[in-house]
Amino acid sequence: MSKYIAKRILISLLTLFVIIFVLFVLIRIMPGNPFPVERMSAEMIAQKRLELGLDKPILIQFVDYMKMLLSGSFGNGTSLYNGAPIKPILLKCLENSFKIGVLSILFGTVTGLFIGIVAALNRGKFLDGLCTIFSILGVCIPSYVSMIFLQYTFSYKIPFFPYFFDPSNFLFSSIMPSLSLSLFSISTIARFTRNELVEVMNSDYVKLAESKGIYGRQLIKTHVLRNALIPVVTVIAPLVVDLLTGAMVIEKIYGVNGIGKLMVDAIAGQGVDYNYVLALGIVFSALYIGVMLLLDILYGIIDPRIRLTAKKG
Amino acid sequence: MDKIYTPSKDDFEFIAEQNINVDKNFASQGYWRGVATHFLKNKFAMTGVFLVGIIIIFAVFAPIFSSYAYDEIVSITDSSGKEIVAKSLSPQLSGSEQNLFSDKTFLFGTDDLGRDLWTRTWQGARISLIIAFVAIFIDMLIGTSYGLISGFFGGNVDNAMQRFIEIAGSIPTLVIISILAIFMEKGIGLVIASLLITEWIGMSKISRAECLKLKEREYVLASRTLGAGSFHIIFKQILPNTIGPIITQVMFSIPVAIFTEAFLSFVGVGIVLPQCSIGSLIEAGFNNITIMPYQILPPISVLAILMLGFNLIGDGFREALAPKLEDM
Repeated sequence: MSKYIAKRILISLLTLFVIIFVLFVLIRIMPGNPFPVERMSAEMIAQKRLELGLDKPILIQFVDYMKMLLSGSFGNGTSLYNGAPIKPILLKCLENSFKIGVLSILFGTVTGLFIGIVAALNRGKFLDGLCTIFSILGVCIPSYVSMIFLQYTFSYKIPFFPYFFDPSNFLFSSIMPSLSLSLFSISTIARFTRNELVEVMNSDYVKLAESKGIYGRQLIKTHVLRNALIPVVTVIAPLVVDLLTGAMVIEKIYGVNGIGKLMVDAIAGQGVDYNYVLALGIVFSALYIGVMLLLDILYGIIDPRIRLTAKKG
Repeated sequence: MDKIYTPSKDDFEFIAEQNINVDKNFASQGYWRGVATHFLKNKFAMTGVFLVGIIIIFAVFAPIFSSYAYDEIVSITDSSGKEIVAKSLSPQLSGSEQNLFSDKTFLFGTDDLGRDLWTRTWQGARISLIIAFVAIFIDMLIGTSYGLISGFFGGNVDNAMQRFIEIAGSIPTLVIISILAIFMEKGIGLVIASLLITEWIGMSKISRAECLKLKEREYVLASRTLGAGSFHIIFKQILPNTIGPIITQVMFSIPVAIFTEAFLSFVGVGIVLPQCSIGSLIEAGFNNITIMPYQILPPISVLAILMLGFNLIGDGFREALAPKLEDM
C-alpha cells in the first residue's frame, strides 16, 4: 500500500513540475507586454524589466522562480496598480474559496448518498420516482441557473439568508453559496448511488448473504455499500474539479472574495497581470492534481483490486 | 508414390437454379437502420430533438424576421407624443391595454439600453450554437484522429501520446483560458480556442478505446494482408466503425460547450458587447435581477432547454447504439 501511495505521489509531483514549467515558459514567450504601454515610457519599461529580471534567459528565470516558489513566495504582481506581494492576497482568497468548497463537497456527498440510498431502498415506489426526477433536473439544468434562482428566491423574495457572502458571519452566510454549488453534485451522486446500489443488490453474492440470514442494516453496510461506493468515488473526482469552475460563478453571484474572482480580475481587468495568472495557474493545477491524488489513494483503500493491479504493473 | 489427383469437369454436377433453396422469409435490418428505429421510438430522445429543433429554428429565423436589429436601440412614442428610448420595458404587446406607451411589441421586453430582448435572445442563441457546433466539430476531427493514431500504433507512440494527454488533461480549463487571454482578444475567438484546447481529450480517449478493440478484428488483418497501409486501415476501415460512440460523445460535448461559453461570458471573459450570447445576456439580466427579473428569464430558459435537449438526445443515442436486453 505504501509503495502504491509513494508511486502516486511521485507521479503527481512530476506532473505538477511539468505543468509549472509549461505555464512559465508559455507566459514568458507569449507575444504581448505585461506593462501598460500607454502609461510608461520605453526607459521605464526597460527599468521595470531589469527589476523583475525579465532580461535574463528563460531557463535561468525559471530556476529563480522555482527557488522563490520553494521558499513559499509567489513574488509580486506585475501591474502598476497592484505591485504588492501576491501571497497574502492569495491566501486570504484561498481560505474563503476553500471553506465554501469543502462545505459544498460535504453537502453534496452526504445529501447525494442519502438520497441515493433512500431511492434504492424504495425502488419502484413513489420516493424513488421523486428522487429520479430531482436528479435528472439537477443534472440537466445548468448549475448557475439554479444558483441564480436559489439566490433570487431565498435571499431576495424571502429574505431569510443574506444576499451576499460575509466572511465575518461565515457559517450563516455560506449556507446558500455552498448549497447552490453542491446542487449538481447532489443530483449526480444520488443518481449514481441509486443505480449502483440497485445493481449490487441484485447480484448473486448479496442474494447469498441474504440466504445466510444477513439482512437489514448489516447487509447494506457490510455487503452492499462498499462495492457500490467504488463507482461513486469515481464520479466524485470530476465533480470536485467542477467545483473550481462553479466556484467562479458562485463567487460572482454571492460576491465572495475567492480565488475564482481573483482569477477573473487578473485576466478580465485592465491588462492581464502575468504574475497573478502564473501564481493562480499553479495553485489551480496543484489543487486539481492534489484532489486527483487523494482520490486515487482513496480508490486504493476502498478497492484492494486497484492497488493490487497497480503493484503488478 | 501416387499421382496427385486433379479434379476434372465430370466430378462436378451443375445444380439448376430452381434447386437452390433460399429462405426468403426473414427480416433484415442494417445496423444504422436499427439504430434509427430504436432512436425514433425513444420518447425522451424525441422530446430532446423537438426542444433543440425549436430553439434552432428560432435562432435561425427570429433575428431575420424581427423588426429590430439586435444592437438597435429602439425608441417609442409615449402617450404625449414624445419620442423616448424604450429603456427597461417589461414584455408588452402592441394594442394591449397595459401597453401605455407605444404601439410597438416587445415580447420579452427591452434591456436597460432599450434593445429588444426578443431579438437579442435569439441572436444570442445563434451565437452560442455556432460557437458550440464549430468548436465541437473541430474537436471531433482532432480528438478522433489523435485517439485512432495513438490506439492503432500502440507501443512507444501510444505511450508518448498518452503521457501528453495526461499532462494536458491535468491543466484546469480556467488556467488554459487565462493563458490564452494574455495574448488573444476577448470574444468569440477566445471562447472557441479554449473549447478547442480542452474538449478534444474526451473524444480522443473514446476513439482510442474503440480503436484498441477494433484493430484485433479479422477484417483489419485481412486488409493488412491485402497490402493496405496503416492510414488506409485507420481512416477507411476502423474510423467508420467508431462513428457511433463518437457521435454520442459529440452530443454530450455540445451542451458542455454551450455551458462553457455561457460561463465564460458570465464571468466576463467571453463575448464582448454589443455582440451577445446566452451567457452575456444572463450576465446582463443577473445585474438587474432584483429590479427587472423578466430580463433574465428568456436567456436562462433557452440555456436550460438546450442543455436538457442535447442531454436527452445524447442519452437516446447511447441507448440506440448499445441497446440493453431489457429494452428490446
